[in-house]
Amino acid sequence: MQLRTRALETILIEKGYVEQAAIDQLIETYEKKIGPRNGAQVVAKAWVDPKFRQWLFEDGTAAIGSLGFGGRSGNHLVALENTASVHNMVVCTLCSCYPWAVLGLPPLWYKSAPYRSRAVADPRGVLRDFGMELPKDTEIRIWDSTAELRYLVVPMRPAGTEGWSEGKLVELVTRDSMIGTGRPKHPGELP
Amino acid sequence: MSGQGHDHHDHEHSELSETQLRVRALETVLTEKGYVDPAALDLLIETYEKKVGPRNGARVVARAWIDPAYRARLLKDGTPAIAEIGYAGRPGEHIVALENTPKLHNMVVCTLCSCYPWPVLGLPPVWYKSAPYRSRAVADPRGVLADFGVTLPKDTEIRIWDSTSEMRYLVLPMRPAGTEGWSEEKLAELVTRDSMIGTALPKSPKDIAK
Amino acid sequence: MNGGQDLGGTHGHGPVKPEPNEPVFHDEWEKRACALTLAMSAPGGWNLDMVRFARENRPPREYLSMTYYQIWFAALERMTKERGLVSDDEIEAGHSLYPPKPVRRVLSPGDVAKTLHRGGPTERDTNTKPVFAVGDKVRAKNINPLTHTRLPRYVRGHVGTIERVVGCHVFPDSNAHGGGENPQWLYTVRFDGRELWGADSDATIKVSVDAWEPYLSPTT
Repeated sequence: MQLRTRALETILIEKGYVEQAAIDQLIETYEKKIGPRNGAQVVAKAWVDPKFRQWLFEDGTAAIGSLGFGGRSGNHLVALENTASVHNMVVCTLCSCYPWAVLGLPPLWYKSAPYRSRAVADPRGVLRDFGMELPKDTEIRIWDSTAELRYLVVPMRPAGTEGWSEGKLVELVTRDSMIGTGRPKHPGELP
Repeated sequence: MSGQGHDHHDHEHSELSETQLRVRALETVLTEKGYVDPAALDLLIETYEKKVGPRNGARVVARAWIDPAYRARLLKDGTPAIAEIGYAGRPGEHIVALENTPKLHNMVVCTLCSCYPWPVLGLPPVWYKSAPYRSRAVADPRGVLADFGVTLPKDTEIRIWDSTSEMRYLVLPMRPAGTEGWSEEKLAELVTRDSMIGTALPKSPKDIAK
Repeated sequence: MNGGQDLGGTHGHGPVKPEPNEPVFHDEWEKRACALTLAMSAPGGWNLDMVRFARENRPPREYLSMTYYQIWFAALERMTKERGLVSDDEIEAGHSLYPPKPVRRVLSPGDVAKTLHRGGPTERDTNTKPVFAVGDKVRAKNINPLTHTRLPRYVRGHVGTIERVVGCHVFPDSNAHGGGENPQWLYTVRFDGRELWGADSDATIKVSVDAWEPYLSPTT
């Protein structure tokens, strides 16, 4: 694969279809710059700021855009509210659609056949694979990203964080909790 | 396949050698433990390589073409009618004959695996067991027939029978024109395996005239 | 199970490619694998439904990339190992390392013709009556068992017509998993092509499956 990829890249650059520097820039962007930290900031703000929270659920794209996040795979963002009785989970059964703008590139498991096949049919089984068990009567809503809408789960704020700053709260928000396959960290879990 | 070159062929070859070795190993172990008798294995292989094959089904079809009473019995209850000619058994205990007419063409598939009327057709060909056939026969039979070079009139009804149980299906193709007075033996030569699955029509007299 | 084997209506597999003058077996090992499978069902103590499940029960990626007899052989290996008849280290070694287990029956050469001729009929006597009659409209249930079933996905939820009341037959969904034969009434059910494949599809197609009573609900 290495050889074939390098070969194609060389040819495309030689023919002037792509520029080396642009490719390097793209790689740098998604390896280092855009990642789940963006989404964590959105969630932390929603935890402290009721007006932002309301805006976020009414118009995800605009609210998230106000923090400077958007663009590719973030043009149509919908925030999903986890509550004591409803747990949200996001998948793309057909390929790997994912809210890049707020979470970066998706992890391998999200794009894999096991997740894509089972999330919509056996979400509790999938959650168990992540070591997570929900109460029997919690409603689980699975969102299959079949169009250009991208979904961001807003997990519930952990207990024992009263008075915490946004900056500190960001540390608790894990990527998996924003996909719906994990919980945010507890205060005790921070180093 | 052709673009992948040497690496792919080597990989495929070594994969097959591994299978070969494992099969031999398992056979040795099973034989040493007395679970299987090598002479029985050889006999099973001989049966399906040489003895049981589409010639059986061709005889059934040829008889149905010549003998209207037999045809009626065959269509009413395939299993005993086929047993009359001497073919029976595993699997094929429950055989249903499907009559092609000018308005209706029958095709048989097993989407879930490879169920096939062994006693009258022998072991199924690779294409019958393949993903292309199993996936497309039920959805695009005309496309499949095109892969076989067969085009049916636009208004012919096509019935596809998915062999999901132990019922086995044998298509009874229409008797070709220009065969009046032919013997059963000669008629049997026109009946191809694929015409009894439903992916082809029988040969015509000029096909065997040379 | 909704596995790789449930191929009806799936796309992307390309054209059907018949091989001219195809031999019955393509390799010596295929002959042995086939014969071993047939010969081991008696000593193995398993039934055909169990064998089918052993074949299909693997990741679809594997199922779709294995050849037919590779799948047969993989299932044979699995079943003989599961029943403690052989072990991995014996296969690696290429010969028996441990004493055999007692088995009920071994196929002798003298019995081959008779056994093949007798086959394995699946019809059973019953006191029950079939729920459906020829001409009845039925809906294939939306079942999605992880275990063995013979109701293909492409008909589930769709409405068809009873074409034939076949008889009372061994029920694979039970028989494959140690639930016994549990014979159920079996029907041939016919579906219009457009019911299955949509309003834009070929109007001249009809597809039938053989479905046991537990797969079907009445509908008008």
